[in-house]
Parts: sequence; C-alpha cells; structure tokens
Amino acid sequence: MRMAPKPIQSFRDDFTYSNSPGAVARFPFPFPEDEYMYSVNIEPHVTPGPEGSVYEHLLDIDEHYLSEMHERDLVLKENPKRCLAMPHMDLACWDMIDRVMHCFSEDYPEHFKLTKAGDQWSWENKLLNINDSFTFGDSSTLPLPPMEYIGRQVQGDFALLDQRDGDLFMDAGIVTCPADWSLAFDAGMGFKEWHGPVPMAHEMGIFDRALKYLCAIPLGRPVRRLNWTLTVNARMDTSPETYPSWGSDRASVTPENVGEKVHLRVELQVLDRMSRSNALMFSIRTYLISLEDLVTNPEWAKRMHRVMKGLPEQLIEYKGLTRFHPLVVEWLSKYDPAN
Amino acid sequence: MSTDSIRVRVSGIEQVSPLIREFTLEAIDGEFLAFSPGSHVVVEMPAEPRPHRNAYSLLSDPRDSGCYRIAVRLQEQSRGGSVYMHESVKVGDELTITPPANLFAPNWNAGKHLLLAGGVGITPFMAYLPELKRRGADFELHYLYRGSSTGAYREQLKAELGEQCFLYDSEAGERCALGELLAEQPRGTHVYICGPEELIAGVREVTEELGWPASHVHFEAFAAPQPGNPFEVELSRSGRTVKVDGETTLLEALEDAEVDVPHLCRGGVCGQCVTRVLSGDIEHRDEFLSAAEREQGDCIMPCVSRASGKRLVIDL
Repeated sequence: MRMAPKPIQSFRDDFTYSNSPGAVARFPFPFPEDEYMYSVNIEPHVTPGPEGSVYEHLLDIDEHYLSEMHERDLVLKENPKRCLAMPHMDLACWDMIDRVMHCFSEDYPEHFKLTKAGDQWSWENKLLNINDSFTFGDSSTLPLPPMEYIGRQVQGDFALLDQRDGDLFMDAGIVTCPADWSLAFDAGMGFKEWHGPVPMAHEMGIFDRALKYLCAIPLGRPVRRLNWTLTVNARMDTSPETYPSWGSDRASVTPENVGEKVHLRVELQVLDRMSRSNALMFSIRTYLISLEDLVTNPEWAKRMHRVMKGLPEQLIEYKGLTRFHPLVVEWLSKYDPAN
Repeated sequence: MSTDSIRVRVSGIEQVSPLIREFTLEAIDGEFLAFSPGSHVVVEMPAEPRPHRNAYSLLSDPRDSGCYRIAVRLQEQSRGGSVYMHESVKVGDELTITPPANLFAPNWNAGKHLLLAGGVGITPFMAYLPELKRRGADFELHYLYRGSSTGAYREQLKAELGEQCFLYDSEAGERCALGELLAEQPRGTHVYICGPEELIAGVREVTEELGWPASHVHFEAFAAPQPGNPFEVELSRSGRTVKVDGETTLLEALEDAEVDVPHLCRGGVCGQCVTRVLSGDIEHRDEFLSAAEREQGDCIMPCVSRASGKRLVIDL
C-alpha cells in the first residue's frame, strides 16, 4: 500500500503532526558522511526513482497531503502575500499547471485525473474535492490566479525563476513553509542576491558554478538536491513574517524534551525547466522528523550525532541552532557507540 | 543522448527564398513539447561516414506543438549539413532531433523589443512574433536580406506587421542605418540580433558607444566548428588515445570512438559538453567559459575548441 493521505494534523498550536513507521522509513536522510560540508550537491532527478521512495516521482505526495494543504490555507488567509506572480510570469504559471497536472494524473491516478480536448482542460483532485474545467492559458477561466490555484494543490513551496541575462530571478511563487526566508523579500532578486546571507559558500565560488549549471538545465532533465536544518516543534511555517510566533520556541528545548521537540527538517529541492516560458520551476518539498523518530534507525542516529558534533560554528549560527545545539549533541551522543 | 532524441518525419518542404528551404517536422512517437520563443533544436542527419548535426531555430508558433518548423540556408562553406538538408532530405524522410533548448529568449521586462534579423536569422523571430503579439508588447522588426538569395517570409511579415516591419534589400541599395536606429530607441529597449557576425559586431559596437547596458543586447553566438590542426587526445580513465584530424571536432572524434559526452548545442554555447583537461594547452573557441575559467586551463568545450599543441589528456 502506497502512502495514503491521513486525516488533517496540525503544524501549529497543539502540533498533532506525526510520522507513521512507513513515513519514517522513507524519510530522506540527508547526510552521506559523518562530516557535513557545503558542496554543489546537485544530481539528476531521474524518474521513476526507487519505488515508494521520495524520489520515485517528479513531485512527491505522501500521508501529510491534507495536513499541508490545510496549513497552506491557514497561512494564506493570514497573509495573502505568501503567494505572488509578477505579470510577466503568467505563462510560466501555466507551464507549472501543465507540469503538475500531467505528473499527478500519471503518477497518482487514484487521486487525480486530467482530461484534455485541445485547450479545454478538466481537472479532478479527489483528495480536495476539486473538479474544474478551464481554457488552458486563459487565467480568467480559473477560480483563482494560476499560481495560487495550483499552489494550493501541491505539497511543498514552489518558486518560478525567470531566466534572463545569465541570472535567475524569483518572480513568482507560493511559499508557506519556508526555512526562515521570505518570498516577498526575495521577489525580483537575482540568484546571488537571494543567497547573500549564506556563509562561506560565496568565497568557495559555489554560487558562480551553481548558477551556470542551473541556467543550462535542459528540458526534461530535472535536477535535485537536499538541504536541511533543525526546527523546534513540527512547525512548517518558520518564516521571517511570523518570527514572533516561533522564534521563542528555541528557548523551550530542555534535556528532557529534545527528542520530541527538535525536528530534522529536510528539503528536497527539484529544478525543472518549463517548456513555454523557459522558466525554472523550483520546488522545495519539506519533510519533518522528530529526533525521537529519527533515532529508531541506528545508522541515522549515529551519523546524526557525528554531523551535529562537527558542525562549524558559522553554520550553527546561520541555521539558527545556537540556542539548543549543545542539547541536541548531548542527547544524540547516547546513540553513538564511539562515545 | 539516445534517450533524449526525438524521432521526426519530414512532412513538408518549401522553398521560401532562393537559398532557404523550410522543413515541417512531425513527431513519430507521441507529441512534441511546446517551446519558448528563441529555442533551437539540433537536427541529426544520417550521413556517412558520420551524421551531420546542426542547430536550427524553431520558427513555428511556440504554443502550437502540432509540428515544428525550421528553415535551412544553403551554405557554400558548409561542413555538409545544409547541403544534406537541401539535396538529400525528402518529404517522408525520418530524422532525429534533440528537445528544444533556449539560449536566445526574449526578456519580458523590456519596455520595447527591437528585433534585428539578417538573412536566415529571421527564423527565431518568426517564433517571437506570435508571443509578442499575444502579450501586446511594443516591438519593431528590422529585416536585412539579399533579394536574390534570402529574404524569406518578407511579404507575409510586411502584410502581418505593417508599420512595425522594416525591410532592407541590400541588393536594391537599401541600408539599415544602425547608428540612427539604435540612437532613437526609448530607454528600456532590448535589442535582439540574429544574423551574420558582422551584424552582431556592428550592433554591439554602436550600443556600447551609446552606453546601453550589456543586459539589453541579446544575440545568439553559435560558433560553427572551424577546422584546425590535427592532435591526439589521451583518455585518462581508459588510457586510450584518440586521433583528431584537422576537419573533425574533438566531440566528433570522441563520438567516433564511442565515448559518450553529454552535449546539446554543438556550437560552444550551452555548456553541456564541458570536459576536464588534465594536461595540454587548449585553444578555446567557445562562448561558454569565462575568462577566468579559460585562464585556469583545466576545462574544454570539445564541440568547438581544440588542442593548441599536439596532445591533450582529458578526464574521460
């Protein structure tokens, strides 16, 4: 049995979010070695990947689908600016609709159905009880602006990057579960600008190389990378806009509650060239796992301890871990036989 | 490469000017992808002893993925590809193409789009025009050609675009005064040039003098591979040595030796075929590597660049 969507759980207030054993087993653990360092860790996203894994399809849907769509709705109601699309990105938004609808209907036919007759498309999303007909490319025939319409049906954050002058510009997106960055703030910025705060990597020339590589991504050859941080509580929306409501969580970690409160947050980032607009679709699919659940895998537990212990000070600070990092290392140490 | 190649059937051939032939291509398996204006495909022609592979701009309406159309100018100094397209390809023939790739996309934030076409360089703009019109963009097309050889589509364009279309037949003594044309453009105009090198160089010179930002000047700088001196290349991983004769590119020589190198444009622009060089001096002929990367001397674009000495050792 595939990962069937569970009833709605919360990513705020009472934090009822939990991973089933199946979800723990397929968690994309991001550390291939005991030591963590930046690299341009980009690889081809060749699908289908291993069956049942988060890499099986271009866009992964799992048991948290309904919960994440509910959370997205809450965030958008609080702050509609979490979704935006500059006027020149309309066609790119339709490219994204095309990509998502084709992938979902082919990869998850039990949940999604696409019927096309020329430009007349019908879309059925059985999980969210959506059933719409529209004219492809004509935004006036959708019940919502195209980015919000499709963004409310996909897990993870999405940005559409316009490519011009050898650079990538974040000119459209829907971002409701970011790891401390803001679409409204980064909108219109070039690639190196929005990576401005990342320590060390500029000096290493990583962004020059990465940008050249990303600008050359061809149609039909998507690439992926993993990124990670730690989040206190199973909170999806750790955005600068809502910092007052989650910043103080970091002070709530104690030796007793580390395992339950601290979560490894992994982003599966996929970049895929859009055919009509030449934009890049950048999807950031976030997976959360409590340290308690993570240490049920002894290999992960051991490695997690070693990576956390050896983390450079600049990274601890950049990722916002300073306050509770020592507690995490101490708690994990009992799972590392080398200690 | 093989998984990415698309089998097509030639469903129509039309002589659109004395030296230019248009080919209509239909997908044999499934559907074509829609594409973005300015995209090209690389057409592989089954010639002996080695296939010809040439990049051609798609000139059909990008939102219509029912067929792709390309136009090929017969080149006197051809490496064989254009002669093959003109003389050997017939309606009903099968060819293979790569998926579309775009190195010449419009900048949709431009206040105005100034399109400058020279001869067969009209092709990418044939795909720009429907999209510019759909978006209600401000644009002008200036089309330079020789009445007795090029000038394809000019009547159709004049009829469709009216006062937005300016035609210059050099054989009738009609000249496009680049200096004046560019000087009178409103601020925020982007200029796009597709045509012979002299036209590109001319526009770059004038825009530089006028103080246009480089980001507002767009051109597609495919370098057709030029011959050079023969050399040898050693493949460090297998220890094999491959000979590259003067008329063959390094990429072609590697392909002949059945060494797989990822590639797309075969014109020194897209960056896909970049290969690490372990020793030997390089004659860089591409547009992809930066000055600093050339300086380092540890990378080559085998589609157009060559050894400047007798031997290279590459990381393959």
